[in-house]
Amino acid sequence: MNLTRRATANLLPPIIFGVLFVAGWQLFVRAADISSFVLPAPSDIWSSAVDGHSRIVSAAGHSGLNALVGLLVGAVLGVLLAALAVRVPVLGGTITPLVAALAAMPIVALAPLLNNMYSPLSTLPRREVVAISAFVPIFINVLRGLSRLAPVHRELMQSYAASGTAVLRTIRIPGAMPYFFTGLRIASSLAVIAAVVSEYFGGLADGLGSQITDSVGASDYPAAWAAVIGAVALGLIFYIAALVLERVVVGRRATSPF
Amino acid sequence: MSDADAGQERSAAVDLTGVHKTFAVRRGSVVALEDINLRIERGEFVSLIGPSGCGKSTLLRVIGDLLPPTSGQVVVNGKPARRARLDQDYGFAFQQAGLLDWRTVQANIELPLELHGVDRAKRKDRALELLELVGLSEFAGQRPPQLSGGMQQRVAIARALAERPALLLMDEPFGALDEMTRERMQNELVRIAGETQAAVVFVTHSIPEAVFLSDRVVVMSPRPGRITEVIPVSLGDRTDDTREAPQFYAAITQVREALRGKPIAATGAVVADIERAQGAL
Repeated sequence: MNLTRRATANLLPPIIFGVLFVAGWQLFVRAADISSFVLPAPSDIWSSAVDGHSRIVSAAGHSGLNALVGLLVGAVLGVLLAALAVRVPVLGGTITPLVAALAAMPIVALAPLLNNMYSPLSTLPRREVVAISAFVPIFINVLRGLSRLAPVHRELMQSYAASGTAVLRTIRIPGAMPYFFTGLRIASSLAVIAAVVSEYFGGLADGLGSQITDSVGASDYPAAWAAVIGAVALGLIFYIAALVLERVVVGRRATSPF
Repeated sequence: MSDADAGQERSAAVDLTGVHKTFAVRRGSVVALEDINLRIERGEFVSLIGPSGCGKSTLLRVIGDLLPPTSGQVVVNGKPARRARLDQDYGFAFQQAGLLDWRTVQANIELPLELHGVDRAKRKDRALELLELVGLSEFAGQRPPQLSGGMQQRVAIARALAERPALLLMDEPFGALDEMTRERMQNELVRIAGETQAAVVFVTHSIPEAVFLSDRVVVMSPRPGRITEVIPVSLGDRTDDTREAPQFYAAITQVREALRGKPIAATGAVVADIERAQGAL
């Protein structure tokens, strides 16, 4: 099928590049005899990942759950507040600058502060960091999508004597869906980053971030890298899930699959 | 048209008396329409033509109650314009088709019916009927981005006709189409207007388009926008041959002269430039 061929054509270059990159890395480390604490060889990272795979998967599960819960909370808040900002312009004028300020702040920098507010065994501070990180791009994109109303659609709805609610339901919300998914895609990657990095600052040691810091502390660099690969995989899973969701909901209206 | 309209059978489709429209701008105001008086009969096809800024689009929006007039009376279908809008007595087609990309062609045509609470089965019947009228039956399930510009505009016209309006307001609906498509759409529109018996107010920049389509061409001039002349056209049954008929050209000349009637400095200068350039060749 044409679609499969196109998917292959799109996937092939990055795969080839990835294989070449890893092969080059392996050759370089072996040829230049680089010590493992500077840069371990991919083969060492791989065997460490295989040996410790159950540990990595379980850690990814914990980090992933934090990322997922935070992402969902952030997404719901982002959508609700954006809708509120559009419906009540006074509130919109208040919320939007605050979100802009929030966007300018490195949110993971909050992690140690939030950690102090809760018991060391709580997952809450991490989920909060994730939620705030995810909230920003979703709020901004949904707000932009909901605010957009082409003049022709405004006049059309006016000619139909349609209410504000009808305009919201038939034009603004469906029109904002692609914007929401753009926000969700960005937020899904941010969520994983926030979940992993927030573990660097102590607290419960059950996730990928803790595993990275612990392995580095124990001078087991291949294990630290293996955990990094786990984090990459987790980020990809989140990103692809967001993409698939977008295709399912919005994709059918698009003209081209890519 | 509902039964309630039966008593208004004698009233005009549009009746404008002393309509003025002034827009407030940063420094003072701009007179967009000055003393417009125009009566459009039921089933009549009237074009509004004039240079940019003559207020023809503004006039169309005043008729459709999308803009309130500053003064004067606007009666549509025997009612105040606002009432006519609320009663969906007219359909509006814009220069951009303005279709909703996430809805199928059929769902786009159903949009006004859906908004006004028509039940699903009736909506579907009406949409399919209209798709047949505009010759797009096999595209019911497609989405607008898959359609050409001309097809999208036909969908927009079908949507404007969904409520069986007595009046169709059209703002340069073929402005963005290429010449061939445009002529085909004009043929279609003549047929559709005939079949639906709707009166049409059609805003255009194109003299041949106005002449081909209309029973009367209303010529407007800018600053302030006003009606300078109303030219009756009677080309009878229109086919592609009509476009080569002497009466067609005669009417075009008449409208062109009416448009020049009140020469505008800028246009005059452009014409002089062109003539000078031609002289130099």
